Amino acid sequence: MKSYTLFDIIGPIMIGPSSSHTAGACRIGYTLHHIIKAPLKSVDFTLYGSFAKTYVGHGTDLALLGGILGFKPDDKRIVNAKEIARDSGLSFSFKPSSDETRHPNTVKINVITEDGKPWEAIGESIGGGKMQLIQINGIDIQFTGAYNTLITHHQDTPGMLAQITAVISKHAINIANMKLYRESRGLKAIGIIEMDEDIPKSAIEQLSVIDGVSYVTLIERIYE
Amino acid sequence: MIYHSAKEILQQCQETNLPLHQLSLNAECQLTGKSPEDIRIYLGDVLATMFEAIELGLDAAHPEYRGKIIGDDGIKLAKREMPLCGETISKAAQYALSTMKVNAGMGRIVASPTAGSCGVMPAVLKTLSEQLTLSETDLINGLLVANIIGSIVARNATISGAEGGCQAEVGTASAMAAGAAVYLAGGTAEQVFHAGAMAFKNLLGLVCDPIAGLVESPCAKRNAMGATNALLCAEMSLAGIESIVPFDEVVEAMRRVGQVMPVALRETALGGLAATPTAVQITTDLFKTSSTL
Repeated sequence: MKSYTLFDIIGPIMIGPSSSHTAGACRIGYTLHHIIKAPLKSVDFTLYGSFAKTYVGHGTDLALLGGILGFKPDDKRIVNAKEIARDSGLSFSFKPSSDETRHPNTVKINVITEDGKPWEAIGESIGGGKMQLIQINGIDIQFTGAYNTLITHHQDTPGMLAQITAVISKHAINIANMKLYRESRGLKAIGIIEMDEDIPKSAIEQLSVIDGVSYVTLIERIYE
Repeated sequence: MIYHSAKEILQQCQETNLPLHQLSLNAECQLTGKSPEDIRIYLGDVLATMFEAIELGLDAAHPEYRGKIIGDDGIKLAKREMPLCGETISKAAQYALSTMKVNAGMGRIVASPTAGSCGVMPAVLKTLSEQLTLSETDLINGLLVANIIGSIVARNATISGAEGGCQAEVGTASAMAAGAAVYLAGGTAEQVFHAGAMAFKNLLGLVCDPIAGLVESPCAKRNAMGATNALLCAEMSLAGIESIVPFDEVVEAMRRVGQVMPVALRETALGGLAATPTAVQITTDLFKTSSTL
Protein backbone atom coordinates (compact mmCIF):
# COMPACT_ATOMS: atom_id res chain seq x y z
CA MET A 1 0.00 0.00 0.00
CA LYS A 2 1.19 3.49 -0.75
CA SER A 3 1.97 5.43 2.39
CA TYR A 4 1.90 9.22 2.46
CA THR A 5 2.31 11.70 5.27
CA LEU A 6 1.75 15.44 5.41
CA PHE A 7 5.44 15.87 4.54
CA ASP A 8 4.79 14.21 1.17
CA ILE A 9 1.53 16.03 0.39
CA ILE A 10 2.55 19.53 1.57
CA GLY A 11 6.21 19.08 0.76
CA PRO A 12 9.02 18.63 0.37
CA ILE A 13 10.28 22.20 0.59
CA MET A 14 12.73 22.03 -2.29
CA ILE A 15 14.72 23.75 -5.00
CA GLY A 16 12.79 23.37 -8.27
CA PRO A 17 11.89 22.39 -10.84
CA SER A 18 11.10 18.68 -10.40
CA SER A 19 10.59 16.54 -7.31
CA SER A 20 11.95 13.40 -8.97
CA HIS A 21 14.64 14.98 -11.19
CA THR A 22 15.84 17.61 -8.70
CA ALA A 23 14.83 16.87 -5.08
CA GLY A 24 15.10 13.07 -5.39
CA ALA A 25 18.44 13.38 -7.20
CA CYS A 26 19.76 15.65 -4.47
CA ARG A 27 18.71 13.17 -1.80
CA ILE A 28 20.64 10.39 -3.53
CA GLY A 29 23.83 12.48 -3.41
CA TYR A 30 23.10 13.74 0.10
CA THR A 31 22.61 10.22 1.42
CA LEU A 32 25.87 9.02 -0.10
CA HIS A 33 27.65 12.08 1.36
CA HIS A 34 26.51 10.97 4.82
CA ILE A 35 27.48 7.36 4.23
CA ILE A 36 31.01 8.18 3.05
CA LYS A 37 31.65 10.88 5.67
CA ALA A 38 35.08 11.77 4.25
CA PRO A 39 36.39 14.54 2.02
CA LEU A 40 36.17 13.65 -1.66
CA LYS A 41 38.72 13.97 -4.43
CA SER A 42 36.51 13.11 -7.39
CA VAL A 43 32.97 12.09 -8.21
CA ASP A 44 31.62 10.73 -11.49
CA PHE A 45 27.93 10.41 -12.20
CA THR A 46 26.54 8.04 -14.83
CA LEU A 47 22.94 8.89 -15.68
CA TYR A 48 20.35 6.46 -17.02
CA GLY A 49 16.84 6.63 -18.49
CA SER A 50 14.98 9.90 -18.03
CA PHE A 51 17.88 11.25 -15.94
CA ALA A 52 20.16 10.80 -18.98
CA LYS A 53 17.74 12.53 -21.34
CA THR A 54 16.68 15.56 -19.30
CA TYR A 55 19.31 16.09 -16.63
CA VAL A 56 20.39 19.54 -17.80
CA GLY A 57 16.86 20.93 -18.16
CA HIS A 58 15.91 19.79 -14.67
CA GLY A 59 19.16 20.70 -12.94
CA THR A 60 19.64 17.03 -12.05
CA ASP A 61 23.42 17.50 -12.40
CA LEU A 62 23.45 20.41 -9.94
CA ALA A 63 21.18 18.53 -7.53
CA LEU A 64 23.31 15.37 -7.55
CA LEU A 65 26.52 17.32 -7.09
CA GLY A 66 24.97 19.58 -4.43
CA GLY A 67 23.76 16.49 -2.61
CA ILE A 68 27.19 14.87 -2.56
CA LEU A 69 28.56 18.19 -1.23
CA GLY A 70 26.12 17.80 1.67
CA PHE A 71 23.35 20.16 0.59
CA LYS A 72 19.74 19.21 1.39
CA PRO A 73 17.06 19.46 -1.34
CA ASP A 74 15.95 22.92 -0.12
CA ASP A 75 19.48 24.39 -0.01
CA LYS A 76 19.84 27.36 -2.33
CA ARG A 77 23.53 26.59 -2.83
CA ILE A 78 22.46 23.73 -5.16
CA VAL A 79 22.26 26.23 -8.02
CA ASN A 80 25.98 27.01 -7.58
CA ALA A 81 27.05 23.43 -6.89
CA LYS A 82 29.51 23.31 -9.79
CA GLU A 83 31.35 26.48 -8.74
CA ILE A 84 31.39 25.36 -5.10
CA ALA A 85 32.78 21.94 -6.08
CA ARG A 86 35.50 23.50 -8.26
CA ASP A 87 36.46 25.96 -5.51
CA SER A 88 36.81 23.13 -3.02
CA GLY A 89 39.00 21.14 -5.41
CA LEU A 90 36.47 18.39 -6.10
CA SER A 91 36.59 17.17 -9.69
CA PHE A 92 33.37 15.87 -11.18
CA SER A 93 31.82 14.57 -14.40
CA PHE A 94 28.40 13.62 -15.76
CA LYS A 95 27.96 10.92 -18.37
CA PRO A 96 24.57 10.04 -19.87
CA SER A 97 24.24 6.34 -20.67
CA SER A 98 21.75 4.66 -22.98
CA ASP A 99 21.94 1.37 -21.03
CA GLU A 100 18.63 0.01 -19.78
CA THR A 101 18.03 0.12 -16.03
CA ARG A 102 15.34 -1.15 -13.70
CA HIS A 103 14.01 2.34 -12.97
CA PRO A 104 13.84 5.30 -15.40
CA ASN A 105 15.51 7.74 -12.98
CA THR A 106 18.72 5.98 -12.05
CA VAL A 107 22.24 7.22 -11.35
CA LYS A 108 25.50 5.41 -10.66
CA ILE A 109 27.94 7.40 -8.55
CA ASN A 110 31.66 6.62 -8.44
CA VAL A 111 33.58 8.45 -5.78
CA ILE A 112 37.23 8.55 -4.77
CA THR A 113 37.92 10.01 -1.34
CA GLU A 114 40.92 12.21 -0.60
CA ASP A 115 42.68 9.27 1.01
CA GLY A 116 42.16 7.23 -2.15
CA LYS A 117 39.26 4.96 -1.20
CA PRO A 118 36.85 4.19 -4.05
CA TRP A 119 33.08 4.01 -3.50
CA GLU A 120 30.35 3.04 -5.91
CA ALA A 121 26.62 3.49 -5.32
CA ILE A 122 23.51 3.17 -7.46
CA GLY A 123 20.44 5.22 -6.59
CA GLU A 124 16.92 5.56 -7.94
CA SER A 125 14.66 8.59 -7.67
CA ILE A 126 11.30 6.92 -7.20
CA GLY A 127 8.91 9.89 -7.30
CA GLY A 128 7.76 12.81 -5.16
CA GLY A 129 11.33 13.46 -4.01
CA LYS A 130 11.73 9.98 -2.55
CA MET A 131 14.76 7.90 -3.42
CA GLN A 132 16.43 4.62 -2.63
CA LEU A 133 19.98 3.42 -2.87
CA ILE A 134 19.91 -0.04 -4.42
CA GLN A 135 23.61 -0.87 -4.43
CA ILE A 136 26.68 0.17 -2.45
CA ASN A 137 30.12 -1.14 -3.40
CA GLY A 138 28.68 -4.03 -5.38
CA ILE A 139 26.31 -5.22 -2.67
CA ASP A 140 22.57 -5.02 -3.33
CA ILE A 141 20.70 -3.06 -0.67
CA GLN A 142 17.48 -1.15 -0.35
CA PHE A 143 17.96 2.01 1.60
CA THR A 144 15.39 4.83 1.65
CA GLY A 145 16.56 7.26 4.32
CA ALA A 146 13.09 7.43 5.86
CA TYR A 147 14.38 6.36 9.30
CA ASN A 148 17.39 6.94 11.49
CA THR A 149 19.54 4.29 9.91
CA LEU A 150 22.62 2.46 11.07
CA ILE A 151 24.84 0.97 8.41
CA THR A 152 27.40 -1.61 9.47
CA HIS A 153 30.08 -3.38 7.51
CA HIS A 154 30.95 -6.58 9.31
CA GLN A 155 32.21 -10.12 8.92
CA ASP A 156 29.48 -12.62 8.11
CA THR A 157 30.09 -14.77 11.19
CA PRO A 158 27.77 -16.50 13.70
CA GLY A 159 26.65 -14.30 16.59
CA MET A 160 27.61 -11.03 14.90
CA LEU A 161 24.02 -9.86 14.60
CA ALA A 162 23.28 -10.71 18.24
CA GLN A 163 26.22 -8.55 19.37
CA ILE A 164 25.01 -5.63 17.25
CA THR A 165 21.37 -5.81 18.36
CA ALA A 166 22.45 -6.23 21.98
CA VAL A 167 24.06 -2.79 21.90
CA ILE A 168 20.94 -1.28 20.32
CA SER A 169 18.65 -2.93 22.83
CA LYS A 170 20.82 -1.78 25.75
CA HIS A 171 20.06 1.81 24.69
CA ALA A 172 16.31 1.09 24.65
CA ILE A 173 16.06 1.81 20.93
CA ASN A 174 13.27 0.23 18.92
CA ILE A 175 14.29 -1.35 15.62
CA ALA A 176 11.72 -0.56 12.92
CA ASN A 177 13.23 -2.57 10.06
CA MET A 178 16.40 -4.57 9.64
CA LYS A 179 18.04 -6.01 6.54
CA LEU A 180 21.27 -7.90 6.00
CA TYR A 181 23.16 -8.22 2.76
CA ARG A 182 26.35 -10.13 2.12
CA GLU A 183 28.79 -10.72 -0.67
CA SER A 184 28.94 -14.43 0.12
CA ARG A 185 29.06 -16.73 3.12
CA GLY A 186 31.71 -15.79 5.69
CA LEU A 187 32.79 -12.66 3.80
CA LYS A 188 31.82 -9.00 4.09
CA ALA A 189 28.24 -8.23 5.05
CA ILE A 190 26.27 -5.01 5.25
CA GLY A 191 23.62 -4.41 7.88
CA ILE A 192 20.94 -1.76 7.42
CA ILE A 193 19.08 -1.16 10.65
CA GLU A 194 16.24 1.38 10.62
CA MET A 195 15.17 2.78 13.98
CA ASP A 196 12.42 5.01 15.36
CA GLU A 197 14.50 6.75 18.03
CA ASP A 198 17.64 8.86 17.92
CA ILE A 199 20.80 6.90 18.61
CA PRO A 200 23.33 8.25 21.11
CA LYS A 201 27.00 8.53 20.11
CA SER A 202 27.96 6.06 22.83
CA ALA A 203 25.99 3.32 21.07
CA ILE A 204 27.85 3.91 17.83
CA GLU A 205 31.18 3.84 19.66
CA GLN A 206 30.24 0.54 21.29
CA LEU A 207 29.24 -0.91 17.93
CA SER A 208 32.44 0.13 16.22
CA VAL A 209 34.64 -1.73 18.71
CA ILE A 210 32.88 -5.07 18.20
CA ASP A 211 35.41 -7.56 16.84
CA GLY A 212 34.68 -8.09 13.12
CA VAL A 213 32.85 -4.81 12.63
CA SER A 214 34.92 -2.75 10.20
CA TYR A 215 32.65 0.24 9.76
CA VAL A 216 29.64 1.82 11.46
CA THR A 217 27.79 4.93 10.44
CA LEU A 218 24.54 6.60 11.35
CA ILE A 219 22.47 8.45 8.80
CA GLU A 220 19.84 10.56 10.41
CA ARG A 221 16.37 10.48 8.92
CA ILE A 222 16.49 12.31 5.60
CA TYR A 223 12.77 12.52 4.99
CA GLU A 224 10.61 14.26 7.53
CA MET B 1 -3.03 9.88 6.50
CA ILE B 2 -4.73 7.23 8.59
CA TYR B 3 -8.17 7.86 7.05
CA HIS B 4 -9.24 6.24 3.79
CA SER B 5 -11.98 8.48 2.46
CA ALA B 6 -13.93 11.70 2.76
CA LYS B 7 -16.85 9.65 4.04
CA GLU B 8 -14.77 8.27 6.90
CA ILE B 9 -13.45 11.72 7.76
CA LEU B 10 -16.91 13.30 7.81
CA GLN B 11 -18.05 10.50 10.14
CA GLN B 12 -15.07 11.13 12.40
CA CYS B 13 -15.87 14.85 12.46
CA GLN B 14 -19.38 14.06 13.62
CA GLU B 15 -18.35 11.49 16.23
CA THR B 16 -15.47 13.44 17.73
CA ASN B 17 -16.86 16.93 17.19
CA LEU B 18 -13.36 18.00 16.16
CA PRO B 19 -12.79 20.61 13.47
CA LEU B 20 -11.29 19.30 10.23
CA HIS B 21 -7.83 20.81 10.72
CA GLN B 22 -7.57 19.25 14.20
CA LEU B 23 -8.48 15.85 12.79
CA SER B 24 -5.72 16.23 10.20
CA LEU B 25 -3.18 17.31 12.83
CA ASN B 26 -4.05 14.44 15.19
CA ALA B 27 -3.82 11.94 12.35
CA GLU B 28 -0.39 13.17 11.26
CA CYS B 29 0.95 13.12 14.83
CA GLN B 30 -0.20 9.53 15.13
CA LEU B 31 1.29 8.60 11.76
CA THR B 32 4.68 10.32 12.05
CA GLY B 33 5.27 10.30 15.81
CA LYS B 34 5.83 14.05 15.71
CA SER B 35 4.31 16.56 18.11
CA PRO B 36 1.63 19.06 17.02
CA GLU B 37 4.21 21.83 17.63
CA ASP B 38 6.73 20.16 15.28
CA ILE B 39 4.13 19.92 12.54
CA ARG B 40 2.97 23.51 13.01
CA ILE B 41 6.57 24.75 12.90
CA TYR B 42 7.13 22.83 9.67
CA LEU B 43 3.95 24.27 8.15
CA GLY B 44 5.08 27.75 9.22
CA ASP B 45 8.24 27.14 7.14
CA VAL B 46 6.04 25.93 4.29
CA LEU B 47 4.01 29.16 4.34
CA ALA B 48 7.11 31.34 4.51
CA THR B 49 8.67 29.47 1.58
CA MET B 50 5.46 29.77 -0.46
CA PHE B 51 5.08 33.51 0.09
CA GLU B 52 8.77 34.18 -0.47
CA ALA B 53 8.62 32.44 -3.87
CA ILE B 54 5.62 34.55 -4.90
CA GLU B 55 7.43 37.76 -4.02
CA LEU B 56 10.67 36.74 -5.73
CA GLY B 57 8.79 35.84 -8.90
CA LEU B 58 6.92 39.14 -8.99
CA ASP B 59 10.07 41.15 -8.34
CA ALA B 60 11.58 42.26 -11.66
CA ALA B 61 14.89 42.82 -9.84
CA HIS B 62 15.38 39.04 -9.68
CA PRO B 63 15.83 38.03 -13.31
CA GLU B 64 17.77 34.91 -12.30
CA TYR B 65 14.49 33.16 -11.58
CA ARG B 66 13.35 32.41 -15.10
CA GLY B 67 12.69 29.21 -16.92
CA LYS B 68 14.19 28.03 -20.16
CA ILE B 69 10.86 28.71 -21.89
CA ILE B 70 8.71 30.75 -19.50
CA GLY B 71 9.38 34.23 -18.16
CA ASP B 72 7.67 37.14 -16.48
CA ASP B 73 4.01 36.36 -17.17
CA GLY B 74 3.07 37.05 -13.54
CA ILE B 75 4.65 40.51 -13.72
CA LYS B 76 2.83 41.25 -16.99
CA LEU B 77 -0.47 40.34 -15.39
CA ALA B 78 0.28 42.47 -12.32
CA LYS B 79 0.76 45.52 -14.54
CA ARG B 80 -2.80 45.32 -15.91
CA GLU B 81 -5.02 48.05 -14.55
CA MET B 82 -8.64 47.13 -13.92
CA PRO B 83 -8.32 43.44 -14.88
CA LEU B 84 -11.32 42.02 -16.72
CA CYS B 85 -11.66 39.14 -14.29
CA GLY B 86 -11.37 41.33 -11.18
CA GLU B 87 -8.56 41.86 -8.67
CA THR B 88 -9.01 38.57 -6.79
CA ILE B 89 -8.80 36.25 -9.79
CA SER B 90 -6.01 38.31 -11.34
CA LYS B 91 -3.98 38.15 -8.11
CA ALA B 92 -4.44 34.39 -7.78
CA ALA B 93 -3.21 33.91 -11.35
CA GLN B 94 -0.23 36.24 -10.78
CA TYR B 95 0.83 34.34 -7.68
CA ALA B 96 0.57 30.96 -9.38
CA LEU B 97 2.53 32.11 -12.45
CA SER B 98 5.13 33.73 -10.23
CA THR B 99 5.68 30.60 -8.14
CA MET B 100 5.99 28.42 -11.24
CA LYS B 101 8.57 30.79 -12.69
CA VAL B 102 10.66 30.58 -9.53
CA ASN B 103 10.35 26.79 -9.63
CA ALA B 104 11.53 26.72 -13.26
CA GLY B 105 14.48 28.97 -12.32
CA MET B 106 15.61 26.59 -9.57
CA GLY B 107 14.30 28.73 -6.74
CA ARG B 108 12.93 27.32 -3.50
CA ILE B 109 9.30 26.17 -3.55
CA VAL B 110 7.01 23.70 -1.78
CA ALA B 111 5.84 20.68 -3.76
CA SER B 112 2.12 20.77 -2.93
CA PRO B 113 1.41 18.10 -3.83
CA THR B 114 4.10 18.15 -6.57
CA ALA B 115 6.63 20.61 -7.98
CA GLY B 116 4.65 20.69 -11.23
CA SER B 117 1.61 21.94 -9.31
CA CYS B 118 3.46 24.05 -6.75
CA GLY B 119 1.78 27.33 -7.79
CA VAL B 120 -1.82 26.54 -6.85
CA MET B 121 -1.82 26.30 -3.03
CA PRO B 122 0.35 29.40 -2.43
CA ALA B 123 -1.71 31.42 -4.89
CA VAL B 124 -4.99 30.62 -3.17
CA LEU B 125 -3.63 31.04 0.37
CA LYS B 126 -2.05 34.41 -0.38
CA THR B 127 -5.13 35.66 -2.21
CA LEU B 128 -7.30 34.64 0.74
CA SER B 129 -4.95 36.18 3.28
CA GLU B 130 -5.40 39.50 1.47
CA GLN B 131 -9.16 39.09 1.11
CA LEU B 132 -10.04 37.89 4.62
CA THR B 133 -8.48 38.66 7.99
CA LEU B 134 -6.40 35.57 8.55
CA SER B 135 -3.59 34.83 11.01
CA GLU B 136 -0.64 32.53 10.33
CA THR B 137 -2.41 29.93 12.49
CA ASP B 138 -5.47 30.17 10.25
CA LEU B 139 -3.38 29.65 7.11
CA ILE B 140 -1.65 26.67 8.71
CA ASN B 141 -5.09 25.24 9.48
CA GLY B 142 -5.90 25.72 5.80
CA LEU B 143 -2.79 23.69 4.89
CA LEU B 144 -3.89 20.94 7.30
CA VAL B 145 -7.29 20.77 5.59
CA ALA B 146 -5.64 20.72 2.14
CA ASN B 147 -3.50 17.84 3.42
CA ILE B 148 -6.62 15.77 4.09
CA ILE B 149 -7.79 16.17 0.50
CA GLY B 150 -4.35 15.53 -1.02
CA SER B 151 -3.79 12.48 1.17
CA ILE B 152 -7.06 10.86 0.15
CA VAL B 153 -6.21 11.38 -3.52
CA ALA B 154 -2.66 10.04 -3.08
CA ARG B 155 -3.96 7.03 -1.24
CA ASN B 156 -6.86 6.11 -3.52
CA ALA B 157 -5.69 7.40 -6.89
CA THR B 158 -2.41 9.15 -7.68
CA ILE B 159 -0.73 12.56 -7.48
CA SER B 160 1.85 11.73 -10.15
CA GLY B 161 1.59 13.13 -13.67
CA ALA B 162 3.44 10.08 -14.98
CA GLU B 163 0.66 7.88 -13.60
CA GLY B 164 -2.48 10.00 -14.01
CA GLY B 165 -1.68 13.04 -16.16
CA CYS B 166 -2.03 16.67 -15.14
CA GLN B 167 -5.42 16.01 -13.53
CA ALA B 168 -3.45 14.14 -10.84
CA GLU B 169 -1.13 17.10 -10.21
CA VAL B 170 -2.90 20.41 -10.91
CA GLY B 171 -6.26 18.68 -10.41
CA THR B 172 -5.29 17.52 -6.92
CA ALA B 173 -3.70 20.88 -6.06
CA SER B 174 -6.87 22.67 -7.17
CA ALA B 175 -9.07 20.37 -5.08
CA MET B 176 -6.78 20.86 -2.06
CA ALA B 177 -6.86 24.64 -2.48
CA ALA B 178 -10.64 24.72 -2.98
CA GLY B 179 -11.13 22.81 0.26
CA ALA B 180 -8.73 25.06 2.16
CA ALA B 181 -10.47 28.17 0.78
CA VAL B 182 -13.90 26.99 1.92
CA TYR B 183 -12.55 26.15 5.36
CA LEU B 184 -10.84 29.50 5.80
CA ALA B 185 -13.98 31.31 4.70
CA GLY B 186 -15.93 29.55 7.44
CA GLY B 187 -17.55 26.74 5.45
CA THR B 188 -18.52 23.36 6.89
CA ALA B 189 -16.58 20.09 6.48
CA GLU B 190 -19.22 18.92 3.96
CA GLN B 191 -18.74 22.11 1.96
CA VAL B 192 -14.96 21.55 1.99
CA PHE B 193 -15.40 18.23 0.20
CA HIS B 194 -18.06 19.59 -2.19
CA ALA B 195 -15.61 22.31 -3.26
CA GLY B 196 -12.82 19.74 -3.62
CA ALA B 197 -15.05 17.47 -5.68
CA MET B 198 -16.14 20.30 -7.98
CA ALA B 199 -12.58 21.53 -8.51
CA PHE B 200 -11.52 18.01 -9.43
CA LYS B 201 -14.43 17.43 -11.77
CA ASN B 202 -13.57 20.57 -13.73
CA LEU B 203 -10.06 19.27 -14.42
CA LEU B 204 -10.86 15.60 -14.99
CA GLY B 205 -9.04 14.23 -18.03
CA LEU B 206 -6.37 16.93 -18.13
CA VAL B 207 -3.28 15.44 -19.79
CA CYS B 208 0.39 15.97 -18.88
CA ASP B 209 2.22 17.13 -22.02
CA PRO B 210 5.19 19.28 -21.02
CA ILE B 211 7.11 20.95 -23.85
CA ALA B 212 10.66 19.55 -24.03
CA GLY B 213 9.84 17.59 -20.86
CA LEU B 214 10.37 20.71 -18.75
CA VAL B 215 8.13 21.74 -15.83
CA GLU B 216 7.27 25.03 -17.56
CA SER B 217 4.78 25.04 -20.40
CA PRO B 218 1.86 24.43 -20.26
CA CYS B 219 2.40 23.78 -16.52
CA ALA B 220 2.66 27.40 -15.33
CA LYS B 221 -0.58 28.60 -16.95
CA ARG B 222 -2.38 25.45 -15.85
CA ASN B 223 -1.38 26.33 -12.29
CA ALA B 224 -2.96 29.77 -12.77
CA MET B 225 -6.10 28.01 -13.96
CA GLY B 226 -5.96 25.54 -11.04
CA ALA B 227 -5.84 28.41 -8.55
CA THR B 228 -8.72 30.35 -10.09
CA ASN B 229 -10.75 27.16 -10.48
CA ALA B 230 -10.24 26.52 -6.76
CA LEU B 231 -11.61 29.96 -5.87
CA LEU B 232 -14.60 29.51 -8.20
CA CYS B 233 -15.46 26.12 -6.71
CA ALA B 234 -15.02 27.41 -3.16
CA GLU B 235 -17.39 30.27 -3.99
CA MET B 236 -19.99 27.88 -5.41
CA SER B 237 -19.71 25.57 -2.42
CA LEU B 238 -20.02 28.43 0.09
CA ALA B 239 -23.19 29.47 -1.74
CA GLY B 240 -24.64 26.06 -0.98
CA ILE B 241 -24.03 24.51 -4.39
CA GLU B 242 -23.22 20.82 -4.02
CA SER B 243 -21.23 18.44 -6.17
CA ILE B 244 -23.68 15.96 -7.70
CA VAL B 245 -21.03 13.23 -7.47
CA PRO B 246 -19.48 12.89 -3.98
CA PHE B 247 -15.75 13.51 -3.46
CA ASP B 248 -14.70 9.87 -3.02
CA GLU B 249 -16.38 8.85 -6.27
CA VAL B 250 -14.75 11.73 -8.13
CA VAL B 251 -11.34 10.56 -6.88
CA GLU B 252 -12.11 7.05 -8.09
CA ALA B 253 -13.20 8.46 -11.47
CA MET B 254 -9.91 10.36 -11.70
CA ARG B 255 -7.98 7.15 -11.01
CA ARG B 256 -9.87 5.33 -13.76
CA VAL B 257 -9.38 8.15 -16.25
CA GLY B 258 -5.65 8.10 -15.47
CA GLN B 259 -5.54 4.35 -16.02
CA VAL B 260 -6.88 4.58 -19.57
CA MET B 261 -4.84 7.66 -20.44
CA PRO B 262 -2.25 6.81 -23.12
CA VAL B 263 1.40 6.88 -22.01
CA ALA B 264 2.06 9.65 -24.57
CA LEU B 265 -0.11 11.94 -22.44
CA ARG B 266 1.47 11.09 -19.08
CA GLU B 267 4.58 13.24 -18.66
CA THR B 268 6.56 11.58 -21.45
CA ALA B 269 6.50 14.69 -23.68
CA LEU B 270 5.47 12.45 -26.59
CA GLY B 271 1.91 13.70 -27.11
CA GLY B 272 -0.46 16.62 -26.70
CA LEU B 273 1.12 20.08 -26.77
CA ALA B 274 4.59 18.54 -26.45
CA ALA B 275 4.17 16.96 -29.90
CA THR B 276 3.06 20.13 -31.74
CA PRO B 277 5.38 21.58 -34.42
CA THR B 278 6.09 24.60 -32.20
CA ALA B 279 7.00 22.43 -29.23
CA VAL B 280 9.22 20.23 -31.39
CA GLN B 281 10.98 23.37 -32.67
CA ILE B 282 11.50 24.66 -29.12
CA THR B 283 12.93 21.30 -28.11
CA THR B 284 15.29 21.29 -31.12
CA ASP B 285 16.48 24.82 -30.31
CA LEU B 286 17.15 23.82 -26.70
CA PHE B 287 19.15 20.84 -27.97
CA LYS B 288 21.32 23.20 -29.99
CA THR B 289 22.31 25.34 -27.04
CA SER B 290 22.76 22.34 -24.81
CA SER B 291 23.81 19.18 -26.62
CA THR B 292 23.06 17.07 -23.57
CA LEU B 293 19.46 18.12 -22.96
